[in-house]
Amino acid sequence: MTRAAERVSSGRPLRARLGRDDIIMRGYMTVIAVYLVVALALPLWAMMSKSFSTYRFDLRLYEFQVSDEAGAFHAPPVTAHELNQRLRIASSADLATNADGRLPATSFFPDFSFRSPVKYRIRGTSDDAVYLVGSDRTSGTQWVELSSNEFRRVMLRPVAGRGLDNYSTYFSTPSLFHSIENSLFIAFVSTVITVTLAFGFAYALSRSCMPLKPVFRLVAVLPILVPSLLPGIALVYLFGNQGMLKELLLGHSIYGPIGIVIGSVFFTFPHAMIIITTALAISDARLYEAAVSLKASKWKTFWTVTIPGARYGLISAAFVVFNLVITDFGLPKVIGGQYNMLAVDIYKQVIGQQNFEMGAVVSVVLLVPALIAFAVDRFVNKRQVALLSARSVPYAPQPSRRFDWLCFGYCALIAVFLVGLVAVCQFAALVKFWPYDLSLSLRNYAFDLMDGGGWDSYYNSIEMALWTAVIGTFVVFTGAYMVEKTKGFDSGRSLFQLLAMLPMAIPGMVLGLAYIFFFNNPSNPLNALYGTMAILVICTVTHFYTVSHLTAVTALKQMDREFESVAASLKQPFYKLLSRVTVPVCLPAVLDISIYLFVNAMTTVSAVVFLYAPTTTLASVAVLNMDDAGDIAPAAAMGMMIFYTNAGARLVHAILSRGVLARTQAWRAR
Amino acid sequence: MHRHEHTAGRSAAGGALAAAARADVPRPVYLRIDGLSKSFGSFQALKDISLTIHDGEFVCFLGPSGCGKTTLLRAIAGLDLQTSGTIEQAGRDISTLPPAERDFGIVFQSYALFPNLTIERNIAFGLENAGRTRVEIATRVAELLELVGLPDQGKKYPAHLSGGQQQRIALARAIATAPGLLLLDEPLSALDARVRVHLRHEIKELQRKLGVTTVMVTHDQEEALSMADRIVVMNHGVIEQVGTPTTIYREPSTLFVADFIGETNQIAARSAGASSLAFADKVLGSVAHGLAEGQPVTAVIRPEDVTPHALGYREGADRRNLCDVTIAEMEFLGSFWRARLAGARLGQGPLVADFSVNAVRRLDLHEGAAMTVELPAERLLAYSRNGADDASG
Repeated sequence: MTRAAERVSSGRPLRARLGRDDIIMRGYMTVIAVYLVVALALPLWAMMSKSFSTYRFDLRLYEFQVSDEAGAFHAPPVTAHELNQRLRIASSADLATNADGRLPATSFFPDFSFRSPVKYRIRGTSDDAVYLVGSDRTSGTQWVELSSNEFRRVMLRPVAGRGLDNYSTYFSTPSLFHSIENSLFIAFVSTVITVTLAFGFAYALSRSCMPLKPVFRLVAVLPILVPSLLPGIALVYLFGNQGMLKELLLGHSIYGPIGIVIGSVFFTFPHAMIIITTALAISDARLYEAAVSLKASKWKTFWTVTIPGARYGLISAAFVVFNLVITDFGLPKVIGGQYNMLAVDIYKQVIGQQNFEMGAVVSVVLLVPALIAFAVDRFVNKRQVALLSARSVPYAPQPSRRFDWLCFGYCALIAVFLVGLVAVCQFAALVKFWPYDLSLSLRNYAFDLMDGGGWDSYYNSIEMALWTAVIGTFVVFTGAYMVEKTKGFDSGRSLFQLLAMLPMAIPGMVLGLAYIFFFNNPSNPLNALYGTMAILVICTVTHFYTVSHLTAVTALKQMDREFESVAASLKQPFYKLLSRVTVPVCLPAVLDISIYLFVNAMTTVSAVVFLYAPTTTLASVAVLNMDDAGDIAPAAAMGMMIFYTNAGARLVHAILSRGVLARTQAWRAR
Repeated sequence: MHRHEHTAGRSAAGGALAAAARADVPRPVYLRIDGLSKSFGSFQALKDISLTIHDGEFVCFLGPSGCGKTTLLRAIAGLDLQTSGTIEQAGRDISTLPPAERDFGIVFQSYALFPNLTIERNIAFGLENAGRTRVEIATRVAELLELVGLPDQGKKYPAHLSGGQQQRIALARAIATAPGLLLLDEPLSALDARVRVHLRHEIKELQRKLGVTTVMVTHDQEEALSMADRIVVMNHGVIEQVGTPTTIYREPSTLFVADFIGETNQIAARSAGASSLAFADKVLGSVAHGLAEGQPVTAVIRPEDVTPHALGYREGADRRNLCDVTIAEMEFLGSFWRARLAGARLGQGPLVADFSVNAVRRLDLHEGAAMTVELPAERLLAYSRNGADDASG
């Protein structure tokens, strides 16, 4: 014993000699980690630092001298700062500006006239002083003499610095910070409604014997296949200024909170439904039997058995929905009207006002609720897994005429809502001129005649989605494999896990803006990617990395942990095991990842809206732009093209899965 | 190919080797473990383990769960690196080599068969990319399938086979490349009792035939006793005893070993000289234990070593070791009876004894009957109760 203790304390721990496999795997893992750093961490860093970068006119930097009418300079030189103190022209807040800020030098001379013979001299008090004379950038401490006519075109330029100025501007501008309240309010209301409706739907699916369950299941996931702007367009047709059902709103406008909430419920419904269905599916039948044997009422059973059993699912669903709503950009853009939300503010600041610093500030503000929602969801998810592993007897519902028809009626109503909005879009896309000429025509599909990139944007979208599916699946699956199967290297692996989880917490708008800051920087060697298809693919893969990664990890965790040990003992390299066993066994998960990436690449708007170039316009962005330009019917038509493409992809995926499974997974059947 | 021939040569001489095992002829050391320790954080899973395993030997690591036996096996395989200490295999220091550069085949409790590959391709997995032709591989696979008694199952998938069959395939895959060392990690634990007993015999048979040095981890003492040439009993990360099954069973060197393997009566007593023990109001002869007189000990005797006699029997070597008792309770366990004996005046609690069906009939034993039992001195063991395990056996 004592000898053992001595040995252990004296000897340094042994280090394993790395085999060839270990080196390849660690190397590959590092490559993917570097990819995530470049495609995620560095852009976010660039954005964060942008939000702290300030531009301010420093009036102490400029010195003026004014001549008399004859052009002789007798008056002593005076700094702009001194003039400002004397005349109170610009307040401290006025001196804060952005990268494009220009301050006319003439504003310090109230009696300036460009026809006057008076001459002006200007110089910097240090080399940091920069000003424009016309369009010539000038700096330095040399006097520059100008006539009045020339002097009126002198503009002072701001000095770059770091600080919280952008934030203080943000929080002192009501039109900006009110968006926080608006976003939280909309997200909260939508979450409550969606989770309630989805719970009823999931409850009906799992606890009743109603007919047409498979149809309802299919209908419930319909919204996943369309961009989030599509319900907005449908609502415009139904309740907009010329809507068929406008009267139902009793004078309220659909443009604003009402429209955003209805649309949000539509596009978040499938996400909540899937999570809650999973949670209800793991309920233990034995608890219900116990409740019955204890003569508990149905009501009491519901509150003491059903709800506690599904609570983690409900919480998780709530935070997922909250996150989706608060980070969504397409829907409030289409139907938000004057109602400002954070995600739209980013777009307005960047695209509308070219104020990138403020866009970065709004992004950081949006990150806070998104990160909280993400953290809670991850925490709850861990608990849910613990529940799953308990051995329970699945609940089998008993037929009950009244209850089953009640459930059927409820689900039918929801289905009408979901299918209805999509159908309205399709109808609107096919009619000549809503609501006056309802005869059918295909002229709304003549996208080449509209803004938004025409049919090319549709083909671009398909190309982008295919690349995203292929490259993304490869990167995600191999990355997950390395992180799961590499031995040792614990710090590297946990860093990788963190990087892989991060994208889920980053709203698309934030990611897109971060890409502008990072990739559009001329000093970045990756600058060449900007404006290419490649950056769209990289951005989309990164944006949807987390869910794909988790799918892959789950599938890999179900594999026997000792496969790698066996292969090593048989002196076979890991890539042989990977290609011959791991990938074939995980093929269903691999296919799931690829369809997930494809569908999301087709529908995503938020990140790519900042990144497309004239040659890489996308269908989902075209929907946005056509709607923006007032071409709502073509926007609906393009939205439906996305829908049919995704539906087709899902169908191909289903057929492919079945075929591939039948061929390669014969071992599953007993 | 070289390895293959080597093993083939060995298997031809398999019978002779097996005979050698029984005769305890010393064989060359194949695996030498020296001062091996393994810590997981502050928990020490292995403490200074030193052990040698001979060529062609079948060694079992036996112990309760958490005793470190699997950790030791995984260290030998290179799957979990030890914190300190060295391992030498066939004269080569393999202490820090990655698994792929060591020479072993391994079978896990879960079998770890590749589910999407047929049985044939599972077995062939390790035979590929080693310069063998397709025909050679096919021949070797057929040979292995024959060897494990499943010649017709090659085209099936693992899920189509029973647990026992899957385990045999895992074994065939592990020995396909003719490794110098076969590691078995609880290979039979996932199987039901009948299959387990059958497979025990088959694995032992196969190992004898191939003469491959084998290390098996198990928590099942019966498995270890019936299969191993030598057993390494482990507890709390240390080796308690190494020995042949009979030594381990009949001469356990520590109380832990005595208790863990087989059934025991444990009675508090005191040393009454080099080979005597003082009980409550009796002094009995025992195995020489060498403990100082008066030292507190735990006396141990196995139930089957309690010898039944008719009441009043007073013969034999040491009459002190005869006790008159009454049978408080009898339990029929199929091949024998388990009796609880009262009135032995040895200490608290009844004395448990196993009597053959034969003896019960001959002596007309039944509940309430009085009888005499002998606790043979050479079967009565003593272990010091002062914490340390310095005992005699």
